[in-house]
Amino acid sequence: MSIFIDHHTRLLVQGLTGREGSFHALQCREYGTKVVAGVTPGKGGQEVDGVPVFNTVHEAVAATQANCSLLFVPPLLAADAILEAAEAGIPLVVAITEHIPVLDLFRVKRYLAGTHCRLIGPNSPGLISPGRAKVGIMPGGIHLPGGIGVISRSGTLTYEVVYQLTGMGLGQSTCIGIGGDPLVGTTFIDCLAAFEADPETTGVVLVGEIGGNAEEEAAAFVAEKMRKPVVGFVAGLTAPPGRRMGHAGAIVSGAGSSASAKIAALEEGGIRVCRDLGGLGRMCREVFAGEQR
Amino acid sequence: MKLHEYQAKELFRRYAVPVPEGAPAADVSQALAVAQRLGVWPLMVKAQILAGGRGKGGGVRRVADEAGLAEAAAAILSAPLFTAQTGVAGQVVHQLLVEQQLEVARELYLAITPDRASGTFLIMASQSGGVDIEAVARAMPDQLIRVAIDPLLGLQPFHCRNLAFGLNLPVTLHHSFAELLTRLFQLFLENDCALVEINPLAITPAGQLVALDAKVELDDAGLPRHPELEVWRDAAAIDPLELAATRAGLNYIKLDGNIGNLVNGAGLAMATMDLIKQAGGEPANFLDVGGGASVAMIEEGMRIILADPQVKGILVNIFGGLLRCDLLAEGLIRAARNHTITVPLVIRLEGTNAGEGRRLLAESGLNLITAGDLSEATARIAAIVRGGEA
Repeated sequence: MSIFIDHHTRLLVQGLTGREGSFHALQCREYGTKVVAGVTPGKGGQEVDGVPVFNTVHEAVAATQANCSLLFVPPLLAADAILEAAEAGIPLVVAITEHIPVLDLFRVKRYLAGTHCRLIGPNSPGLISPGRAKVGIMPGGIHLPGGIGVISRSGTLTYEVVYQLTGMGLGQSTCIGIGGDPLVGTTFIDCLAAFEADPETTGVVLVGEIGGNAEEEAAAFVAEKMRKPVVGFVAGLTAPPGRRMGHAGAIVSGAGSSASAKIAALEEGGIRVCRDLGGLGRMCREVFAGEQR
Repeated sequence: MKLHEYQAKELFRRYAVPVPEGAPAADVSQALAVAQRLGVWPLMVKAQILAGGRGKGGGVRRVADEAGLAEAAAAILSAPLFTAQTGVAGQVVHQLLVEQQLEVARELYLAITPDRASGTFLIMASQSGGVDIEAVARAMPDQLIRVAIDPLLGLQPFHCRNLAFGLNLPVTLHHSFAELLTRLFQLFLENDCALVEINPLAITPAGQLVALDAKVELDDAGLPRHPELEVWRDAAAIDPLELAATRAGLNYIKLDGNIGNLVNGAGLAMATMDLIKQAGGEPANFLDVGGGASVAMIEEGMRIILADPQVKGILVNIFGGLLRCDLLAEGLIRAARNHTITVPLVIRLEGTNAGEGRRLLAESGLNLITAGDLSEATARIAAIVRGGEA
């Protein structure tokens, strides 16, 4: 098994006719994901390499039974597109778009709380259940099917982590980028709970960074609710306070959001924290030895 | 983007949030002209820099007449201002705010910010205005009133009442407080603000509420919707290399170390900086070239790193996903051709088209060191730069 996506996933791509949308939709299909539809207002009736394009998400869902949306819509239009997908009954929306205005996202997240729609991201590389489905922009080839769940606020840093895991022979159940924005639809805790409940997942790697208090909340959750082993990493020990480090959400403000405070919190929650990224794979092999079947 | 106080007060005026009469001035004669127009004394002269703590640093002065104003304006404009937030270099003052000085009976604190932890818009208020609010929050947490606003519901009359009673305002002021807060909340929403803060919010002896200071930080992602605010961006307040990077679509932050680094992705870039430090080096910068970098962007990134005279060595760490390693190699080769690279260069390439990228670099004849993995790459560059200094 895996979490959130598998071979039942029927993917709709919002913004399919754009350069990034079409490239990644076809990459997902090549990996084995069922890409059933695209939506671009005004381009209904067209096709992108055999994938039908619709004007609205409602039409696309009615015609194709799509149950997951991957979103490549420009930042100022993205909130509207997420809401459209939720209203059309899509249970999972994965938003790749970066630079969505923060206040838009607050309204979207509050609205989604009253629906059955889960948002992953925004500013996320997406997620992948190796060997089953890829809904995102990560390079599929570095992944290996297996039992380790990976959760991260970053993109390429996650690829580095996965690359090391695969190099150690540690396969992955699902790898999720929850996104680098200050507010994201799906949190570390949502993913940890899903991995804890997933019989195939045997251990979890949590990749955090400076800013906010998501790592602190995750640490408390692990201490109280999780029996599976968790390895942690936090980027940004050398980040200067008050500066936004690339991601909109990565900023040290006050004492609580620094990397060292997060590492301390994770360790207090019983999580083994790797301080040297180059040695993360080795530490995972040590911690997860015996957990991997 | 942070606004200067005079810009924030201009925005306040547009929403009828009361502020003292005043105007900006770039030199002494402009300051005197503002004073003449205002026609009242005493006045306040306030240095316009994008950092707090100006009062303690001597950047805020009360003047009683023209001679005093001329002297204060000249003094503030002549030397960099040092405050707890400016760093050791201080900040050069290009602009002053000259405004009327008001009598104050009480000073309050009031702020609105999107709170990422709760997913609500948080209004914070305190009876202890005019002081460092973080110190108040630490020392007397009960003094800081927090009211969470549901993003779908917005500000309601009961929120205003809760705050007015919490601040112990006389009932005669409740109406004007609610009016001010309603306008401020509207300003916050309509301008995509990351922070709106009034510290202090004064109550005058005549019972008027006036924002003596104004701090506004805008969400950069919302700025494309507000071209009228984008023109307020103060290019002089930004490090020239950081400005060049922003224009090229790169995320660059200058730091104090001597090992330059170019990385794709913000998380990996931060982790690479941390590794440099752990290997005994000091990062000279943060540079995330992003997922969709072009050959031209890579070249510009290298040019910016090389323009920093402190840089004694460079580490390039790329995990190709969206960004293909062969494209990265092309950018590096072009940078080497167009800008002389006089410092050692260590490169670590992995992911999409890594083999092709390594081949291009090997055939280019460039003098560089290729590392197999991350630990090796950071250890090499740190050792080389250390050896070079010894």
